[in-house]
Amino acid sequence: MARYLLLRTGQATLVLWAAFTTAYVLLQLLPGDSILIKFQNPELGLSPQQIAEIRARYDGGASPLAAYATTLLGFLRGDFGYSVDTGTPVVERLAEALPATATLAGAGFLLAVLIAVVIAFAAGYSRTSWIRGALLAVPSLFVSVPVFWLGILLIQVFSFRLGLVPVIGGSEIQQLILPVLTLAVPIAAPIAQILARSIDRVQAQPFVPVVAAKGASRWWILWRHVARNAALPALTVAGLTFGELIAGSVVTETVFGRNGIGRLTEQAVNAQDTPVMLAVVVLATVVFVVVNLAVDVLFPVLDPRLRTAVA
Amino acid sequence: MSLLDIRDLAVSYGGRPALRGISFTVEPEEVVALVGESGSGKSTTAHAITGLLPRGGTVDGGRILLGDADLASWSPRRLESVRGTRIGLVPQDPANSLNPVKTVGAQIGEVFRLHGRGDRRTVRRRVVELLARVGLPDPETRARQYPHELSGGMRQRVLIAIAIALEPELIIADEPTSALDVTVQRRVLDLIDDLRAEFGTAVLLVTHDLGVAAARSDRLVVMKDGLIEERGPTAAVVAAPGAAYTARLLDDAPALSARDFRTAGSDGRGPAIVVRDLVKEFTVGRHAFRAVDGVSFEVARGTTHALVGESGSGKTTTARMVARFADPASGTVEIPGAEPGRLFRRHVQLVYQNPYGSLDPRQSVAEIVEEPLRNFRLGDRAARRTRVAELLDRVALPAGTGTRRPRELSGGQRQRVAIARALAAGPEVLVLDEAVSALDVTVQAQILGLLEELQRDLGLTYLFISHDLAVVRQISHTVSVMSEGRIVESGTTREVFTGPRHPYTRELLAAIPEPVR
Repeated sequence: MARYLLLRTGQATLVLWAAFTTAYVLLQLLPGDSILIKFQNPELGLSPQQIAEIRARYDGGASPLAAYATTLLGFLRGDFGYSVDTGTPVVERLAEALPATATLAGAGFLLAVLIAVVIAFAAGYSRTSWIRGALLAVPSLFVSVPVFWLGILLIQVFSFRLGLVPVIGGSEIQQLILPVLTLAVPIAAPIAQILARSIDRVQAQPFVPVVAAKGASRWWILWRHVARNAALPALTVAGLTFGELIAGSVVTETVFGRNGIGRLTEQAVNAQDTPVMLAVVVLATVVFVVVNLAVDVLFPVLDPRLRTAVA
Repeated sequence: MSLLDIRDLAVSYGGRPALRGISFTVEPEEVVALVGESGSGKSTTAHAITGLLPRGGTVDGGRILLGDADLASWSPRRLESVRGTRIGLVPQDPANSLNPVKTVGAQIGEVFRLHGRGDRRTVRRRVVELLARVGLPDPETRARQYPHELSGGMRQRVLIAIAIALEPELIIADEPTSALDVTVQRRVLDLIDDLRAEFGTAVLLVTHDLGVAAARSDRLVVMKDGLIEERGPTAAVVAAPGAAYTARLLDDAPALSARDFRTAGSDGRGPAIVVRDLVKEFTVGRHAFRAVDGVSFEVARGTTHALVGESGSGKTTTARMVARFADPASGTVEIPGAEPGRLFRRHVQLVYQNPYGSLDPRQSVAEIVEEPLRNFRLGDRAARRTRVAELLDRVALPAGTGTRRPRELSGGQRQRVAIARALAAGPEVLVLDEAVSALDVTVQAQILGLLEELQRDLGLTYLFISHDLAVVRQISHTVSVMSEGRIVESGTTREVFTGPRHPYTRELLAAIPEPVR
């Protein structure tokens, strides 16, 4: 088990480094110049020499390789450099934006899992075929709904038509309701689909009638026997949806005008603020890699057959 | 009053009748065997009694009286109180009949919890007692283990422990041993017998194996196409079957037919397969494990050599090396006349056990049989079509079969297709890996007959891999008995079956249900 953990952690570190390097190189190759965008405005009255001096202050005038090494070492120490746009440390800007996004993404993910579990188990429990069919059609519908459109629709219906949730003002919680829903719906879809399919597959296994022959009810079988067996494939998908969760946050925050990592990313892209963009990419990768590492570690906990394979 | 009294029971699947009104009884402490081939309705009967018909199955009429309660009219909710307490089930497939993510102890203890019998501590104690009672060594450890850590025989014992936990009046054993090796099969059946005597439980034994039914039951109920063909005391039915169908079943059951041994004279053409000191190792974790350990044998041209043994004996690995699907670590396989490389397959062909998995479901039967011809570029389109028709005729499939898909065929027909495909390129050696094990006795007898006929007409040499000694006795000229990667005994079939020298061979032979005719 220890060896397995070490191996997976090593792999995760490698993925992180590769993501950092790719993002770094791509951002360097990007046409456009953040320093020019910020300082070439004639109103500032800076001469070309002065701009060159500012440039030297930002990248130290070092060779590309040395600049890469400095940035990498900085990231390892937790120093992400300075935002070109605002001049403040990137860490500060991230720290300001992160809580809002973490709340949004966390709540969105929990709601997504809840929706998925309810749909999949209701479909697995139902014996009426039209109800089952209707329930199983829901995820496909969810998947085909674009996040921005859903967000706008929800605001239209719940805020403007029904007046249930205030658009501006309102408590912290009230402000969260619509964005969380918007984010959860497309994420719930793939989890629900895989979970429902996997419940069906497990229910067809020979051990299910054996449990029934002990005198167990359908709900007992579904909840105590089928659920854990069916969870594994759904867990993999849930881990993979974290990528979508991050992308979805950007759109959701923009649509609902929330300050967060999504908004920060949008601003950074507009200003070609390379250090911020790099930090956001690395942050997203860290979250994704850590979540999927956790999924890998959970697998043998849920399925004892994998423990022997792992040991 | 009978313990179980079934009257005019009719069951259908989506309108297609599976049981057309059957009646029989089971008395207390009695073993009644329900025998028949696949599709006869014997399993449907077992499912209907427990109220566990698969999706789409409905009871259309009749009564299922357990004591004086009519289970057929009970709601699913109400049936839950009977399952486990008054009726226990021993299922068919021990490999998949336990939940893989729960410990054995939890799964036995669940019966007590479901019916509210005993607190946590009592349940734990009862679980260990039950595991000891069904003959598992070190029951405390077993209770903490997961199903995948136990062998097939041990899992079946766990399932029996679940079935007897609340000492029900009736145990339904649905093909309880068909997935087990013969020696394990015998021990499991002995255990069911002992428990029946101890608790006074009645057993409804559902089986396709007449040998098992004949040796273990008090009364026989023979089913065909959802109807009962014959019923009566086992000894009487076996001695003098009243229905023609029963007579045929008994005749086809290899364990019960006392046919002559096959013998072959030497034709002086030399051996068709020579295997010398074959070794194959696998690494499991960090341990090297010898699956095949110094195996040598020769097969004379035009004869059948059987490799028999239980699961894990190395017989299939040996067969794969002979057919060059695996490379030996050391040792040689010589097949005189076979060319090297891809052309080897024109000389040696393999027929697998599973006629469901070995045929591409998207191809038509004609395409499947034609494929080797296309691969070896034998003949033009017209010549190939003639050859396919000839091959299908050769394996006695009706002319129209060529355009059908595998799923439209029965198990026996599929195995005929697999044999036709193996014969397409004109091989001289066929490796048959459990080729008849998945088939009903009657179909099995037909396929064995076909194989004998093909051998006679085409001069084929067979390497016949099987765990079923009764089948081996019928088809093979010579036998090698394998255990733990080694050949422990070999000789002509007559020698091995009439005068076994090795204790393992004796044990295997003793485990075949007694020939009663």
